[in-house]
Amino acid sequence: MIFFIALTILGLSILFCIYRAVKGPTPFDRILSISSIGTIMALGIAIHGFAFNRPDFVDIALMYILLNFLGTIAILKFYKMKGKKKV
Amino acid sequence: MEYLIHYSTIFFLFLGCFFILSGSVGLIKLPDVFSRIHAAGLIDTLGTGFIILSLIIHSGFSLLSLKLLLIPLFILFTSPISGHAISLFAHESGYKPKAKLKK
Repeated sequence: MIFFIALTILGLSILFCIYRAVKGPTPFDRILSISSIGTIMALGIAIHGFAFNRPDFVDIALMYILLNFLGTIAILKFYKMKGKKKV
Repeated sequence: MEYLIHYSTIFFLFLGCFFILSGSVGLIKLPDVFSRIHAAGLIDTLGTGFIILSLIIHSGFSLLSLKLLLIPLFILFTSPISGHAISLFAHESGYKPKAKLKK
Protein backbone atom coordinates (compact mmCIF):
# COMPACT_ATOMS: atom_id res chain seq x y z
CA MET A 1 0.00 0.00 0.00
CA ILE A 2 2.87 2.38 0.81
CA PHE A 3 4.50 1.66 -2.52
CA PHE A 4 1.37 2.57 -4.46
CA ILE A 5 1.16 5.98 -2.76
CA ALA A 6 4.84 6.54 -3.57
CA LEU A 7 4.20 5.56 -7.20
CA THR A 8 1.35 8.11 -7.35
CA ILE A 9 3.66 10.87 -6.10
CA LEU A 10 6.30 9.87 -8.67
CA GLY A 11 3.67 10.02 -11.43
CA LEU A 12 2.67 13.52 -10.34
CA SER A 13 6.28 14.68 -10.51
CA ILE A 14 6.64 13.06 -13.96
CA LEU A 15 3.66 15.20 -15.05
CA PHE A 16 5.49 18.34 -13.86
CA CYS A 17 8.60 17.29 -15.81
CA ILE A 18 6.48 16.66 -18.94
CA TYR A 19 5.10 20.21 -18.62
CA ARG A 20 8.63 21.61 -18.69
CA ALA A 21 9.62 19.29 -21.57
CA VAL A 22 6.70 20.50 -23.70
CA LYS A 23 6.88 24.20 -22.83
CA GLY A 24 10.62 24.68 -22.28
CA PRO A 25 12.01 27.56 -24.34
CA THR A 26 15.46 26.13 -25.06
CA PRO A 27 16.30 22.58 -26.24
CA PHE A 28 18.53 22.12 -23.20
CA ASP A 29 15.49 22.47 -20.93
CA ARG A 30 13.85 19.63 -22.80
CA ILE A 31 16.96 17.43 -22.58
CA LEU A 32 17.26 18.12 -18.84
CA SER A 33 13.63 17.31 -18.09
CA ILE A 34 13.71 14.15 -20.25
CA SER A 35 16.79 13.05 -18.30
CA SER A 36 15.02 13.55 -14.96
CA ILE A 37 11.93 11.74 -16.32
CA GLY A 38 14.23 8.79 -17.06
CA THR A 39 15.62 8.79 -13.51
CA ILE A 40 12.14 8.94 -11.97
CA MET A 41 10.97 6.14 -14.29
CA ALA A 42 13.84 3.90 -13.19
CA LEU A 43 12.93 4.50 -9.53
CA GLY A 44 9.31 3.76 -10.38
CA ILE A 45 10.28 0.46 -11.99
CA ALA A 46 12.23 -0.55 -8.87
CA ILE A 47 9.35 0.43 -6.54
CA HIS A 48 6.88 -1.39 -8.81
CA GLY A 49 8.93 -4.57 -8.49
CA PHE A 50 8.72 -4.34 -4.70
CA ALA A 51 5.01 -3.50 -4.78
CA PHE A 52 4.09 -6.65 -6.71
CA ASN A 53 6.60 -8.93 -4.89
CA ARG A 54 8.74 -9.44 -7.98
CA PRO A 55 12.12 -7.82 -7.17
CA ASP A 56 13.72 -8.93 -10.46
CA PHE A 57 12.65 -5.60 -11.91
CA VAL A 58 15.70 -4.02 -10.23
CA ASP A 59 17.87 -5.27 -13.11
CA ILE A 60 15.62 -3.49 -15.59
CA ALA A 61 15.89 -0.29 -13.53
CA LEU A 62 19.71 -0.50 -13.58
CA MET A 63 19.73 -0.97 -17.36
CA TYR A 64 17.26 1.92 -17.74
CA ILE A 65 19.61 4.29 -15.91
CA LEU A 66 22.58 3.24 -18.09
CA LEU A 67 20.60 3.86 -21.29
CA ASN A 68 19.28 7.16 -19.92
CA PHE A 69 22.80 8.53 -19.42
CA LEU A 70 23.93 7.40 -22.88
CA GLY A 71 20.86 8.94 -24.52
CA THR A 72 21.40 12.28 -22.76
CA ILE A 73 25.02 12.52 -23.91
CA ALA A 74 24.15 11.45 -27.48
CA ILE A 75 21.36 14.05 -27.89
CA LEU A 76 23.65 16.74 -26.42
CA LYS A 77 26.35 15.90 -28.96
CA PHE A 78 23.76 16.19 -31.74
CA TYR A 79 22.65 19.65 -30.59
CA LYS A 80 26.24 20.86 -30.29
CA MET A 81 27.00 19.83 -33.87
CA LYS A 82 23.84 21.56 -35.04
CA GLY A 83 24.85 24.81 -33.30
CA LYS A 84 28.32 24.71 -34.82
CA LYS A 85 26.90 24.38 -38.30
CA LYS A 86 24.68 27.40 -37.75
CA VAL A 87 27.63 29.60 -36.71
CA MET B 1 12.57 -4.81 15.19
CA GLU B 2 9.89 -5.42 12.58
CA TYR B 3 8.17 -2.18 13.54
CA LEU B 4 11.48 -0.34 13.22
CA ILE B 5 12.08 -1.75 9.72
CA HIS B 6 8.51 -0.96 8.66
CA TYR B 7 8.40 2.61 9.90
CA SER B 8 11.90 3.50 8.70
CA THR B 9 10.94 2.17 5.26
CA ILE B 10 7.88 4.45 5.25
CA PHE B 11 9.89 7.43 6.50
CA PHE B 12 12.72 7.20 3.98
CA LEU B 13 10.36 6.38 1.08
CA PHE B 14 8.28 9.49 1.67
CA LEU B 15 11.36 11.62 2.30
CA GLY B 16 12.65 10.58 -1.13
CA CYS B 17 9.24 11.24 -2.68
CA PHE B 18 9.23 14.70 -1.09
CA PHE B 19 12.63 15.51 -2.56
CA ILE B 20 11.60 14.26 -6.02
CA LEU B 21 8.38 16.28 -5.91
CA SER B 22 10.21 19.43 -4.80
CA GLY B 23 12.82 18.91 -7.52
CA SER B 24 10.19 18.67 -10.22
CA VAL B 25 8.36 21.74 -8.86
CA GLY B 26 11.71 23.54 -9.02
CA LEU B 27 12.06 22.37 -12.61
CA ILE B 28 8.88 24.33 -13.35
CA LYS B 29 9.39 27.38 -11.14
CA LEU B 30 13.05 28.28 -11.65
CA PRO B 31 13.71 30.87 -14.35
CA ASP B 32 16.73 29.58 -16.28
CA VAL B 33 18.50 26.52 -17.71
CA PHE B 34 21.47 26.93 -15.39
CA SER B 35 19.28 27.07 -12.30
CA ARG B 36 17.04 24.23 -13.44
CA ILE B 37 20.09 21.94 -13.49
CA HIS B 38 20.17 22.46 -9.71
CA ALA B 39 16.62 21.09 -9.39
CA ALA B 40 17.42 18.11 -11.62
CA GLY B 41 20.45 17.40 -9.44
CA LEU B 42 18.16 17.35 -6.41
CA ILE B 43 16.10 14.62 -8.08
CA ASP B 44 19.19 12.65 -9.06
CA THR B 45 21.01 12.63 -5.73
CA LEU B 46 18.70 13.03 -2.75
CA GLY B 47 15.51 11.52 -4.15
CA THR B 48 17.25 8.48 -5.59
CA GLY B 49 19.41 8.04 -2.50
CA PHE B 50 16.56 8.06 0.00
CA ILE B 51 14.21 5.86 -2.07
CA ILE B 52 16.90 3.23 -2.72
CA LEU B 53 17.87 3.39 0.96
CA SER B 54 14.29 2.62 1.96
CA LEU B 55 14.12 -0.28 -0.51
CA ILE B 56 17.40 -1.67 0.86
CA ILE B 57 16.03 -1.51 4.42
CA HIS B 58 12.83 -3.20 3.24
CA SER B 59 14.58 -6.02 1.37
CA GLY B 60 17.18 -6.92 3.97
CA PHE B 61 20.76 -7.98 3.38
CA SER B 62 21.05 -10.15 0.25
CA LEU B 63 22.23 -10.05 -3.35
CA LEU B 64 19.20 -7.93 -4.19
CA SER B 65 20.33 -5.13 -1.87
CA LEU B 66 23.74 -5.15 -3.59
CA LYS B 67 22.01 -4.70 -6.95
CA LEU B 68 19.93 -1.90 -5.45
CA LEU B 69 23.10 -0.25 -4.14
CA LEU B 70 24.51 -0.17 -7.68
CA ILE B 71 21.78 2.26 -8.81
CA PRO B 72 22.75 5.32 -6.67
CA LEU B 73 26.43 4.43 -7.12
CA PHE B 74 26.06 4.71 -10.88
CA ILE B 75 23.93 7.85 -10.64
CA LEU B 76 26.62 9.38 -8.42
CA PHE B 77 29.02 9.08 -11.37
CA THR B 78 26.73 10.01 -14.25
CA SER B 79 24.57 12.84 -12.87
CA PRO B 80 27.39 15.43 -12.49
CA ILE B 81 28.72 14.50 -15.95
CA SER B 82 25.39 15.08 -17.67
CA GLY B 83 24.76 18.27 -15.66
CA HIS B 84 28.13 19.73 -16.56
CA ALA B 85 27.70 18.73 -20.21
CA ILE B 86 24.26 20.37 -20.43
CA SER B 87 25.51 23.60 -18.85
CA LEU B 88 28.65 23.64 -21.04
CA PHE B 89 26.72 23.15 -24.28
CA ALA B 90 24.04 25.67 -23.27
CA HIS B 91 26.76 28.24 -22.54
CA GLU B 92 28.58 27.50 -25.78
CA SER B 93 25.46 27.94 -27.88
CA GLY B 94 24.88 31.41 -26.49
CA TYR B 95 22.42 31.28 -23.59
CA LYS B 96 23.34 33.50 -20.66
CA PRO B 97 22.12 33.20 -17.05
CA LYS B 98 19.22 35.55 -16.29
CA ALA B 99 20.20 36.37 -12.71
CA LYS B 100 22.42 39.37 -12.20
CA LEU B 101 25.24 39.60 -9.69
CA LYS B 102 24.96 42.09 -6.84
CA LYS B 103 27.62 44.76 -6.85
